[in-house]
Amino acid sequence: MQYAAPPFALEIHGLVKRFDRPAVDGLDLNVRAGEFYALLGPNGAGKTTTLRMIAGLLRPDAGSIRVAGIDALADPIAAKRLMAWISDEPMIYDKLTPREYLEFVAGLWGLAPALAEPRAQELLDWLDLAPHAQERCEGFSKGMRQKVALAGALIHEPQLIILDEPLTGLDAGSARQVKGVLRERVHAGGTVIMTTHILEVAERMADRIGVIAHGRLIAEGTLDELRLQAGKNEARSAAAVAGDRASLEDTFLALLAQPAEAA
Amino acid sequence: MIAPAGTALWFAEHEWRLAWRDWLAMMSGGRRRRLRRAVIAIGIFVLFMHVVAYWLVGGYADAIPDKPTLVAITGSVLLSWLLMISQAMESTTRAFYARSDLDLILASPVAAEKIFAVRIATVALSMAMMALPLAAPFIDILIARGGWRWFGAYGLVAAMGAAATALAVGFSVALFRTIGARRTRFVAQVVAAVIGAAFVIGLQIAAILSYGTISRVSLLQSQALLAHLPDLQSGIWWPARAAMGDGVALLGVLAVSLAMLTAVIAVVAPRFGEYAITAAGVDASSIVEVRRATAFRATSPSRALRTKEWTLLRRDPWLVSQTLMQMLYLIPPAVLLWRSFDDGNGAYQLLVPVLVMAAGQLAGGLAWLAISGEDSPDLVASAPISSGFVVRAKVEAVLVIIAVIFAPLVAVLAIASPWHALVTTVGIVIAAVAATSIQLWFRSQAKRNQFRRRQVSSRLATFAEAFSSIGWAATAAVAAASLSLAIAPALLAFLVVAGTWFMSPRLQRV
Repeated sequence: MQYAAPPFALEIHGLVKRFDRPAVDGLDLNVRAGEFYALLGPNGAGKTTTLRMIAGLLRPDAGSIRVAGIDALADPIAAKRLMAWISDEPMIYDKLTPREYLEFVAGLWGLAPALAEPRAQELLDWLDLAPHAQERCEGFSKGMRQKVALAGALIHEPQLIILDEPLTGLDAGSARQVKGVLRERVHAGGTVIMTTHILEVAERMADRIGVIAHGRLIAEGTLDELRLQAGKNEARSAAAVAGDRASLEDTFLALLAQPAEAA
Repeated sequence: MIAPAGTALWFAEHEWRLAWRDWLAMMSGGRRRRLRRAVIAIGIFVLFMHVVAYWLVGGYADAIPDKPTLVAITGSVLLSWLLMISQAMESTTRAFYARSDLDLILASPVAAEKIFAVRIATVALSMAMMALPLAAPFIDILIARGGWRWFGAYGLVAAMGAAATALAVGFSVALFRTIGARRTRFVAQVVAAVIGAAFVIGLQIAAILSYGTISRVSLLQSQALLAHLPDLQSGIWWPARAAMGDGVALLGVLAVSLAMLTAVIAVVAPRFGEYAITAAGVDASSIVEVRRATAFRATSPSRALRTKEWTLLRRDPWLVSQTLMQMLYLIPPAVLLWRSFDDGNGAYQLLVPVLVMAAGQLAGGLAWLAISGEDSPDLVASAPISSGFVVRAKVEAVLVIIAVIFAPLVAVLAIASPWHALVTTVGIVIAAVAATSIQLWFRSQAKRNQFRRRQVSSRLATFAEAFSSIGWAATAAVAAASLSLAIAPALLAFLVVAGTWFMSPRLQRV
C-alpha cells in the first residue's frame, strides 16, 4: 500500500509569540514539499522567531505547526527528525574537526555509521571541506564554518531545511557554494525555507516569497505575483509605475509601505 | 569626561568608567535590585570579616617584630602577593588578547603607549582595590587594638599591587618574546591559575613530610625553619616590618614597588600595541592540527553527547587547567594518605571531607561547562531528542569524570579503612549530584571561555554550590566518626540544596 506524501512540507496556522510585544502575531503560512520558500521582512518583523518556533527552539504561545503532516508541537521529536536548522552564526565546536562534528551530528540523529560515514565524506567533498576534514574548526573562516554547519544539517538528509540568514558574512565563493547546495537539495525533492536580507538571492532562488511585517504575513507568492500585489494596492508606488520591470527591492519596499500608510 | 581628549588622564577616566561598569555588572548581573542586594551582602561580608579578623589576629595587635612574627606575616604577605600576581597575569593576558576595544585604539591616531601605560597602572590599582576588602578587616582590627602603627599595612597593600602588576606584565611580555603569542596565552593563564595554589600546596606537602600534619602554620613556626632564615636585619623582612609600622621599611617597599611598575610601564607600554597586534594574529591565523582519521563508531545520541563533552574538555588545556585546578588541592591529602597509610585513622578522618568537598566543587565546574557552556545549543536543541535526555547525558558525562578522578583515591583509602572509603564514596556521590543539580537549576547560555566569569550569571548558585559542598563535606566528616551525629549537618546541607531549588528561576524551556 502506498501513501501519498503530504502536499505541504510545512503548515503554520495562527502562530503567536509574544515577548515584551507580539513578535509573531497570528501567522498563517504553508510551504509546499519540494519548494524553495524565502521569507523576507524588515528587522524585527518576526522572521527569526518564526523559524526558531518551527525548528523547535522556541515554544509558541498559540497556533499550530505541522511538518510533513506531523504536529511539531505534540510530537517535536518526530518533527525534528525531518528537519535541519542553520542560523547566521555557524553552530559548530571549535575543538572538533569537521569530520568529528559530522560524526557527532550523525550520533544525535541516530544514524548508523555505515550510512553516516560515506554521506559525511560525500558532503565534505561536495563543500570542498575534504582537505580540512582533519583540522580543528577553531582556525576556520566564517565561510568554512558555515559550510561545516551546512554539512551537519544535511547529513541526515532532512526533508525540511530551515535557514536563518545563512549567507550573512560569506564571501562570494562560499555564498555561491551554499546556494548551489540548497538548490541541489530542492531538485532532489527537499524543501527549503530561508530568511534573507539579500533580496537578489530570494529573487533568483525562491519559488515563492513571503513578506512578513509586525509578525504577520502581508504578501506571498512568486515574484510576479508580488509585483502584482504591490502594483494593485499601491498605485503611486515606484513598483507600480515600473510595472513588470520592478525589482524585488522595489516591490518589497512598496509592500512594506502599505501597512504603514494604511495605518 | 573632564580631562582633555587623548591625554593619559582622559584614558584613565575611560578605563575607570569601564572598570566601574564591569564591576557593577558583575555584582548585579545588570539588575538594579540585585545591585542593592549585592551592596548589602558586601557590607555584611565586611562586618563578618571583621569578626573573623578579631578572632584570628586580635590577640597579635601588640606583637613585636621578632622572628616568628615576621615569618608569620611574611608568609601571609607572600601568599597574598602570589594570588595578586596570579590575578594580574590574568588581567594582562586579557589586555593582550581579549579587549574588544583594541582595534579601535590601535586604529586611532592617538599614541597607543598612553592607553597601555594607563591600562597597566589601572591593573595595579585594581589589584590593590581587590585585595582591600579582604585585607582591610584584619588591618582595621590591628589598628583598633594595636594603634596607628598598623596603618602602614594599607601602604603595603598598595605596594604589593604595584609590584605584582610589574612582575605579571614583565613575565607575560617575557613569555611573549620567548615562546610566541599563541603559547603565551595558554602558559600565562595556566601559571596564573596554579601560582597561588602552588604556594599553599607546597607548604602543606612540606608540613606533611616534615611533621605529618597538613597545617602550614606548624611548618612556618618550626624551629628548624626559623634557624635557617636570615637574621632580623635582612631586607626580606621589610614588607612584614612595613606592615607593622616601620616607616623606613614602608618607604623602601613603596619605592621599590613603584620603581618596578614605572620601569615596566616605560619599557613595555611603547611596545604593547605591537604585542597586541601579534596576539590578534593568533586568532586570525589558521590552526592546522591534523589527526588520524578514524572510522565512525556506532553510537547513540546519549553516547555522542557524552563523548563530545569529554573530547571538548580534553582538547582545551586552559579549561583543563581551570577545572582541574581543584585537583591540585588533592595532592596534599594524597601525600598524607601515602605517609600515614599504616597508622592514620586521624589522617583518614581529615581526608574524607577534603575529598567530598573537592568532588562537589569539581562537579559544579564541570556541570557548568557541560550544561551552560554548550557552544552549539541550537544544534542540540534541534536534534530529535528530548531536553531531559540531553541533560541526563550531560550529567552522566560529569559524573563519569568525577568517578574516574576519585576512584583511585577511594580505592587506596578502601584498603586502609573500608568504613572511611564507604563514607567518602557516598559523600562524593551526594556532593557531586547536588552541585550538578544546582548548575542545572541555574543554567544559562554562555560560551565555554566565560568559565572564569560563570559566577556572574548567578551569585546565588555560586554560593549555594560552595555551601552545599561544604555541608556535605562536613556531613561526611561527622559520619565517618559517628553516623547518628551526621543527621544534623546532613539536614542542613539538604536544606541548602532544597532552598536553592526553591529559589531557582523557573525558565520556559522547550
